[in-house]
Amino acid sequence: MSTLHFERQIKYESELDSQFPKEIMEIPGGEHLATCIQCGTCSGACPLSIYMDHSPRKIIAMTRAGFKDDVLDSRTIWLCASCYSCTVECPKQIKITDTMYALKRKAIKENRYPKGFPVPVLAREFFGIVKKTGRNNERNLLLKLYLKTNVLRLFKQIPIGLKLFFKGRLGLKSEKIKKTKQLQTLLDAVERRTS
Amino acid sequence: MSYLYFPGCSLKETGKSYDESLRAIFAKLEIPLVELPDWNCCGATSYMAVNEMKAYALAARNLALAEETSESEVNVVAPCSACYMVLSKVQKYMDEFSEISDTIHGALSDAGLKYTGKVKMRHPLDVIVNDFGLAALHQKIAQPLEGMKIACYYGCQLVRPYAEFDDQDDPQTMDLILQTLGAETVDWPLKTRCCGGTLTGTVENVGLRLNDILLKEAQKRGANAIATACSLCQFNLECYQNKIQKNYGTENVPVAYFTQIIGMALGLDDKDLGLHRSFVPFSKDLIKGGAHVHA
Ligand code: SF4
Ligand code: SF4
Repeated sequence: MSTLHFERQIKYESELDSQFPKEIMEIPGGEHLATCIQCGTCSGACPLSIYMDHSPRKIIAMTRAGFKDDVLDSRTIWLCASCYSCTVECPKQIKITDTMYALKRKAIKENRYPKGFPVPVLAREFFGIVKKTGRNNERNLLLKLYLKTNVLRLFKQIPIGLKLFFKGRLGLKSEKIKKTKQLQTLLDAVERRTS
Repeated sequence: MSYLYFPGCSLKETGKSYDESLRAIFAKLEIPLVELPDWNCCGATSYMAVNEMKAYALAARNLALAEETSESEVNVVAPCSACYMVLSKVQKYMDEFSEISDTIHGALSDAGLKYTGKVKMRHPLDVIVNDFGLAALHQKIAQPLEGMKIACYYGCQLVRPYAEFDDQDDPQTMDLILQTLGAETVDWPLKTRCCGGTLTGTVENVGLRLNDILLKEAQKRGANAIATACSLCQFNLECYQNKIQKNYGTENVPVAYFTQIIGMALGLDDKDLGLHRSFVPFSKDLIKGGAHVHA
């Protein structure tokens, strides 16, 4: 007689990471996360939740409980468009959008995001360009993004790129601020003061 | 009163016509607008995903530069929703959280800068409605916008979570301005629903669908044009229409900055308003007729 075989779907407490919620709750106002009542208002308000593997409500619960791997490997944090719909509706004043940002930072720092998923690459490239020149350059940013993730996508974007170009909507010279040194000093000072 | 202008990076590129039309209407209305010298990128949403404190510092440098220009309170006008939100957010957070203000003030001073809190963040919608005034605007009409049926799209970060000049759920300022100029504005529930921001470039199928929903609903409510107040929203809603049409069969509809539409009513040239940069033509034909445009 064959027996049904079940795998455990939920982690035991001993498998959770108790350090993880502490780190995420370090953001300004992050302590409110502990007061979430799991009402689901955030998930209802979120225009992206239908595409997410875990809804915003679940992400909050899993973060608080220490499901580090599940949270950092989820696509949810990369779909979040920072629209603040959840944040303004949350009855417990939890800064959900800021929490999503904190989770993105953590995932980028630990180099864990779905392979070939372009959002973290976009964030990193943007950071690099702005640090150097003080301004963002949309053309370079997109070029780098597509070259680093999926060259085929670049070709698919050519029609829009050309149209933008002919309409004078793509800058050819890269914008740069005058006092790039001052900006570097400022960013280095932040580095020193926060490390 | 004069205003310091923070254009932001996208108004130098894809959102060029927002920059052109804003300058043109402010000049026409004789509202002094001076570009903030040596401003840097506000950090938008991407910088925050890499380093929180550096993102705040980036925004704060602009506030410090703005303060250098005047002894008294300065009004900084930021038309792009992301810039407006980020600059407002850093002000709020510096007030609210001492760990942020300590680090930022310290880092600013290491870089020879100082910020004491004298900047007031303004959006052009706020300036036009609350400083210039709708009655004064009415006086300036050269070409009433009769026949235009516009869906005003405010997007997310403009009114959420910080703007105090308008309602977060059902904002009205853009509607009031365009009504004052003779247009009809349609009542629709998606005024502040997110366009997906950079998702059109990163997770395309999701980004396209979010915009498709907006385009369809606006047309269903009878709009023959959409007005926007943010360069990323405008780019998403307009430049991807061919793709959206291919995927979802959605009809094309012109999408203009509210500043371009104001400029039309003020009798300014299409070229000065950057109307020649549109992918889906936005023209005076809309004023009397109301036929859909097929680009
Ligand atoms: S809306 Fe706030 S309280 Fe409700 S589930 Fe979401 S985070 Fe928790
Ligand atoms: S900020 Fe992110 S999680 Fe919150 S509603 Fe918007 S997309 Fe959803």
